[in-house]
Amino acid sequence: MSENIEVNFRLNGENVTIRTKANRRLLDVLRDDFHLTGTKEGCSIGECGACTVIVDRKAVTSCLMLIGSCEGRDVITIEGVSSPDRLNPVQRAILEHQAIQCGFCTPGFVMSATALLMENPNPTYEEIKVALSGNLCRCTGYKQIIDAIYDAAQQANRADPAEWDRNIIPDSGGRPLPWQPLNKPEVCELSGGNENEEQS
Amino acid sequence: MSSISQSVRKLDHLAKASGAAKYVEDIVLDDMLYGKIVRSTVAHGKIRSIRLPDMPEGYSAVTAADIPGVNNVHIVQDDHPVFSGGEVNYIGEAILMIVGPDKRQVAKFARATEVEYDLLETCFDPKKSDTTFYEYGYEEGDWREAFAEADEVIDEEIFSAHQEHAYMEVQGLIGDYRNGKLTVRGSMQCPFYVHMAVTAVMGMKPEDVNVIADETGGGFGGKEDYPSILGSQVGVASYKVGKPVKCVFDRREDITCTSKRHPAFMRYRIAIKDGKMTAVDADILYDGGGYTTLSMVVLQRGLIGALGIYKFPSYRVHGKAVKTHTVPNGAFRGFGGPQTFFAMELMMNHAARKLGKDPLELRKEYCAKQGDMSPTHGVYHFDIPIPAMLDQLAEASDYHRKVKAYRNQTGRYRRGIGVSSVYHGCGFTGAGERDLIKGVFKLHKRADDTVEILAAAVDMGQGVKTTFRKIAANVLGLPEDRVIIVNPDTARVPNSGPTVASRSIMVVGKLIERAAKRLKAEWKPGEDQLITEKYVHPDFMIPWDLATFSGDPYPDSSWSTNIVEVEVDTMLGLTKILNAWGCYDVGTVIDENIVIGQMEGGLLQSLGHGGIELINYDQSGRIRNNSLSDYIVPTALDVPSLHVMFHKSEYFNGPFGAKAAGELPNVGGSASYIGALECALETDLYQTPFSTEDTMELLEGRRNG
Ligand code: FES
Ligand code: FES
Repeated sequence: MSENIEVNFRLNGENVTIRTKANRRLLDVLRDDFHLTGTKEGCSIGECGACTVIVDRKAVTSCLMLIGSCEGRDVITIEGVSSPDRLNPVQRAILEHQAIQCGFCTPGFVMSATALLMENPNPTYEEIKVALSGNLCRCTGYKQIIDAIYDAAQQANRADPAEWDRNIIPDSGGRPLPWQPLNKPEVCELSGGNENEEQS
Repeated sequence: MSSISQSVRKLDHLAKASGAAKYVEDIVLDDMLYGKIVRSTVAHGKIRSIRLPDMPEGYSAVTAADIPGVNNVHIVQDDHPVFSGGEVNYIGEAILMIVGPDKRQVAKFARATEVEYDLLETCFDPKKSDTTFYEYGYEEGDWREAFAEADEVIDEEIFSAHQEHAYMEVQGLIGDYRNGKLTVRGSMQCPFYVHMAVTAVMGMKPEDVNVIADETGGGFGGKEDYPSILGSQVGVASYKVGKPVKCVFDRREDITCTSKRHPAFMRYRIAIKDGKMTAVDADILYDGGGYTTLSMVVLQRGLIGALGIYKFPSYRVHGKAVKTHTVPNGAFRGFGGPQTFFAMELMMNHAARKLGKDPLELRKEYCAKQGDMSPTHGVYHFDIPIPAMLDQLAEASDYHRKVKAYRNQTGRYRRGIGVSSVYHGCGFTGAGERDLIKGVFKLHKRADDTVEILAAAVDMGQGVKTTFRKIAANVLGLPEDRVIIVNPDTARVPNSGPTVASRSIMVVGKLIERAAKRLKAEWKPGEDQLITEKYVHPDFMIPWDLATFSGDPYPDSSWSTNIVEVEVDTMLGLTKILNAWGCYDVGTVIDENIVIGQMEGGLLQSLGHGGIELINYDQSGRIRNNSLSDYIVPTALDVPSLHVMFHKSEYFNGPFGAKAAGELPNVGGSASYIGALECALETDLYQTPFSTEDTMELLEGRRNG
C-alpha cells in the first residue's frame, strides 16, 4: 500500500494540487477526481490510445502514467483544448471530414494529433500515420481521420505562425465551421432525464 | 447525387469531438456500487464449492440464488444462465458478482473468490461435437447425377476463423432498482432485447422495467445479444443490494467472455462437365460455442448465402451449428454471411484456375439475373448490378492489365490482385420482420411545432440519429434543428426493433418517411400530434418457410464488389495491402460521408480478418490473446489506399430509395484479400485469416495453400 502524497501539477492551464496514493494511474485521477471524463479507457495497457493526454507537449497514454510521476508537469486533456462551443483546429477538421463514428476513440486522436502539430506543424501524410499509429479506431477506416489532420495542418499553416500555438491550445479562433452555429443542448444530451447524472 | 445524399454535420459530433459525450463509464449515480463478475476458469465442469473471501460491510456476492425470476436469458432460445446454476460450459461464464463501493476492492475480492469444480469432458473441435444446436438444408435439381457425370470435381475444405469485435468501448451497463422499478442503462444495440430478457429474469411487469441506451462506443453485432446477459446480471445485483450497480468490463474480460464471429468449416464440391460448373455441394459447420444464443439465425443467413451471387443448374446446401465448450459465438457484422461468401468466392477463384478463366470474368458468367429463381426457391425481384460493378472496379483498378502483369513473378516482392462479388440480404432473415419484430414507430409533433422521432434505434457510430433526422426533416420540409432525436429509452419510445441486420434505415427509415408524409398532410400548427406507423410486409415477397428453407428470405439485397491489390515480401512473408477498392449498391445513399465512413471502416475490418486478426485458444479452451496487444486490429499504418464508390440504384420500398448498408462492406473484403494473395503466390488458399506465419510456411514448402 502506498502512502498518500501531495502532487502539484498544471492541469489544462491551471495549477492544481492533489493528495492521493502515488500509485494511482493518471487516467483514474483525471476521470474520478477531476471528473474529466473526456479521456477514455479502452485497454488499460497502452495499446489503444483512447486515454491519450498531452504531458509537457508530448502525447502520453494516461493509463500507463502514475500520478506520482506528474509532479511539476504540464498536463492537457481533451477538455483543455476545447470547450463544447470552442473547438481547436484538429477537432474542427475532424468534424468537417465526418471522421467520427462512435466517438470513443476521438478524444485520443485529437490529443495525439494536437501533440503532433505542436511539434511538427507541417507533417506529411506518412508522418501523420505514424503519429496516429498508437490510436486504435475500430469504426472508421482511418482515412477520414488522417485526411482531417492533414487538412488541419494545411489550414493552420496558412495562418500567422505566431498565432499557431495559441490556436491549437487552448483557444480556437481560426476559420469558422461550415455548419450552423453550435447550439449547446445537444452537447450533453442524455436521454432518460435521470436526475442523478453527475455533471462534469 | 440526390440532395438527401449531401452530407450534413452529424448530430452528435460536437459532443464526441469535445469529449463531452457521456458513455456508461462516465455516468455516476448517487450511492452507486461497482460490480465485478467471478467467472469460470474451466471450460466444462460442475461447481463443487465456492469460497468467498472475508469482505467488510458493504460488500456482497450476488449469485443465482438471488434471481427473483428465471435464471435464463432470453435471446433466441433461453439457455444462457444469468449466473451459473451449477454447470459451466465455457471459460468466462459468469458464476457470481462481487458488489461494493470501491472498484479496486471489488476486483480484489473477485480475484480472491475460490471456486472448485468437478471437471466434465470438454469438446473444442466442432467436428467432434455430439450436440447439434441447429441443422438446415435445401437443394435443387439432380446434383447427385451431376457429380456422377462430372469430368472433374473440385473438392475442398475452406475455413473461416473467429473474429473479435474489438469495439473501442468495452461492454458496460448500470442496473438501478428502486421503489419496485428497475432501470438498466449503458452500452447496447437493442434496448428492447434487454428489456424482454431482464423482465423475465426479474419476474417483473414490463412497465416496471426501463432500458436506456447511452452513447455506445461501437457494436458491430457484439452488443446485440450480450447486453441481455449483462443487463440481467446488473439488474439482479441492484435488486439485491438496493443501490445502483455499475459493471464495466476490462478489455481482457471483454475478449474472454463476449461473443465472436462463428468459426466455420465449409466443405465445398463443384462438379465440372464440358468446361462448365454443373453442380455445387456445400456442407457447412458453424462452431456455436457453449450456448445457442444467436447461432440459429446466424447459421440461417450463412446457408442462404452459401452459393454466393451465382446461379448453378443443381446444388445442395446443408449445414449445422454445434456446441463446443468455448465462448458462445454470436452476431458480427455480416451475421454468418461473410463465412460462406468467403468459401464460395474462394471456390470461384479455384474453379477459374481449373477452367483457365479469369476470376472476374467467371463471376460475371455465373452471376444470377433479375427474375431468376434464387437458391432458396425465391425470386431475384430486382436488378443484380454485379457485372456492371465488376467492370466499374476493373477499370478503376486497372485490373485486367495487372492480372496479366502479375503472372510468373520471381522476385522478392510479388504483387497480386483479387476480386470478390457478394451481397448482403437487407433486414431480418426470413419472416422475422413480420412475425417477431413487428416494428412500431412514432413521430411526435409538439405544440411548439418541433417534431420528435421516437424509435428504438441506437446510434453506435453508424450515424442513425443523423440519418433518421435527415429523413424526417426532408419529408417535412423542416430545418433539421426542428427535428429532435435522443438516445432511446424504452419508457418513451415504441419498439421499432433492434439495431441489427442493417435494417434501421431501410425498415425503420421507411416508417419514418411514411409517418412524416402523414404528419405533413395533417399538420396543425401549434397543436400536439402523434403519428404512429407500423411495419408493413412487402406483398411482392414469396413467403419464407423455415421448415422447407424456402422462399424470399429478404425483400432485396445490397450488392458489393471488391478488388484488393497486395505486395508480398517473400523473404519475410509480410503482406502489404497497396489498394482496396469497394463498389457498393446500397440504394440511395442517405448521407454520403456517413456511408463512405461505414464502407471504409467495414472494409478495413474485413481486411483485418483476412490477414491479422486471429483468436488463439489453448488446449484448455482459454483464449490466449485476450488483449489488444495480442489480438491485433488494423492501425493507421495498416490502412491502404481505400477507394469507395457507389453503384446508383433505388429500392422503391426504402426511404428515398435507400436499402441496407452497415454490414455490406464486411462481407467480401477478406475474400478479395485472400484472392490477391492467391494471385501473388500463384496457388490456391483455403482459409481466412492467412497470416504472415502461414505465408512463410507456404513459401518454405511446409504447407500447401
Ligand atoms: S487505455 Fe490507455 S492506451 Fe488504451
Ligand atoms: S469512431 Fe469508434 S472507435 Fe473510432
